[in-house]
Amino acid sequence: MGDPSGKRQSNTGLVIVAALVALPFVPLFMWAFAGEWRFPDLLPTEWSLRGISYLADPGGRVFGATLNSLLIGASVALASVAIGMPAGMALGGYEWRFKGIVVFFILLPILVPPLASTMGIHLTFIRLGLADTALGVFLVHLVPSVPYTAIILTSIFAERTGELEEAARTLGASSWRAFVYVTLPEVAPGVAVAGLFAFLISWGQYILTLLIGGGNVVTLPMLLFSAASGNDPVITSALAIVFALPAVFALVVALRFLKPSETDEGRGFVGLGKVS
Amino acid sequence: MGGRIKIALLLAPALLVIGVLFASGLFAAVVQSLGYMPAIGQTEISFGAYRDVLTDGDFLNSFLLTIYVAGASTGISTVLAVLAALALRWSSERLSAIVFQLPITIPHLVAAVGIALVVSQTGLGARFAATLGLIGEPAEFPALLYDRYSVGIILTYVWKEVPFIALVVLASLRGVAGELEDVARTLGANAWQRFWYVVFPVISPGIIAASLIVFAFTFGAFEVPYLLGKTYPTILPVMAYNEYRDIELTARPVAMAINVLIALITAVFAALYLRLAKDLGRG
Repeated sequence: MGDPSGKRQSNTGLVIVAALVALPFVPLFMWAFAGEWRFPDLLPTEWSLRGISYLADPGGRVFGATLNSLLIGASVALASVAIGMPAGMALGGYEWRFKGIVVFFILLPILVPPLASTMGIHLTFIRLGLADTALGVFLVHLVPSVPYTAIILTSIFAERTGELEEAARTLGASSWRAFVYVTLPEVAPGVAVAGLFAFLISWGQYILTLLIGGGNVVTLPMLLFSAASGNDPVITSALAIVFALPAVFALVVALRFLKPSETDEGRGFVGLGKVS
Repeated sequence: MGGRIKIALLLAPALLVIGVLFASGLFAAVVQSLGYMPAIGQTEISFGAYRDVLTDGDFLNSFLLTIYVAGASTGISTVLAVLAALALRWSSERLSAIVFQLPITIPHLVAAVGIALVVSQTGLGARFAATLGLIGEPAEFPALLYDRYSVGIILTYVWKEVPFIALVVLASLRGVAGELEDVARTLGANAWQRFWYVVFPVISPGIIAASLIVFAFTFGAFEVPYLLGKTYPTILPVMAYNEYRDIELTARPVAMAINVLIALITAVFAALYLRLAKDLGRG
């Protein structure tokens, strides 16, 4: 399809869009390695590794914050998959009454900002001793991540017909064995990507962590936020690059393991790939 | 019967998490917005916070700013996304997926920091302007951060959301819309007729659904305006947070009332989106 001139125009368009997408990363990378970069120089006049040594400083706060972010993110990813997968099976694999209402309820935390509900629940968390703890932060991160995981997995399960399980059952497999040996291997790539997205959602949270963690649970976005409100673009840029790395990693994995049709929208749920 | 129990059991964990951590949080916000806080001896129910909020000029200013930021971000993103999708429809599917997925996946904070370093008065843009001799000093470059028009915030959202909408449009352009357009071309329709009468009606439900999501998200999002916005007026979620942090406990019901209003407005958008998505799923 498409005539050669349309193809050429599209490639020009692709170059322009790619340049606009890359634009904010240009100053980020230059600042991260800048020693001196005065106005109005277009390039730094001196380069330095100050940003990198700040990141790598064993006595600094970056190491602990990264560890916190990784641990909370990994726990959120595991829990979201464990909770979201059965929901995805029910929503994607079966037809039943009141499905629309349940979908609305599950989608709600994606569109209604979790900040509103978290401010409401804060008092209860204080009373239960969950405020200012990593456990409390983990719990509120589930609010945006479980719905996303459930919705992604809904579309993964909706793609399947269930014929293979039926064959396995006919051949005498128990429903549990059919699930473990037939269903799971088939949905594994989709589940992995859903888990990665859940991790990214947790990794990106700033205000929920600040509110429930109360400054006691320091994660990477909190360091980035205070750097960005300050006056040191070198440190800010170095932190921003580290903060962006898991997203790039997730993107590579998602593009590798999912068919194009599964990475983009369609199948009724526009917004699947959206990570806020 | 067994099937119904199975479905209920499968749904139970997710519904429990959302019910306990989200719905009950919203319920608590409603209760506290009515002034009911036994912890500080407040057990009287009143709509005072809502009356204060709705008659308060600060709230109106914040509300208008929020509508403006969400509306401008959504409108600009939608138009640019359709143009980008039309421009890229014949390009490599894989390359365009990479280019568009990157901003979707990158955290908002990183995008905000990067955009700030491009558009600030000592940023890349100002440096180019100085090199070209357009400005002499940083202060001569227009202030695009912490500014009246929230340019930095809107640009960050546009950078993040154009690819999101564009991917939705690209998917339908490369599917049904493309086939129908070929038919229209064979029947002698010109480029404009093909777009307006054939392609646009097919892609518009997807565009509207994606725009609804973007509007609801930018209406309720906190980080980017908190970082790049000015101190007054602020968008509603930032206003709610500032009220919440107020040492005066009497500010608490006001913060919660703002939260409840944000939740109601975004819930309406969620319902609209779901209606559309349902029709899309059938079509």
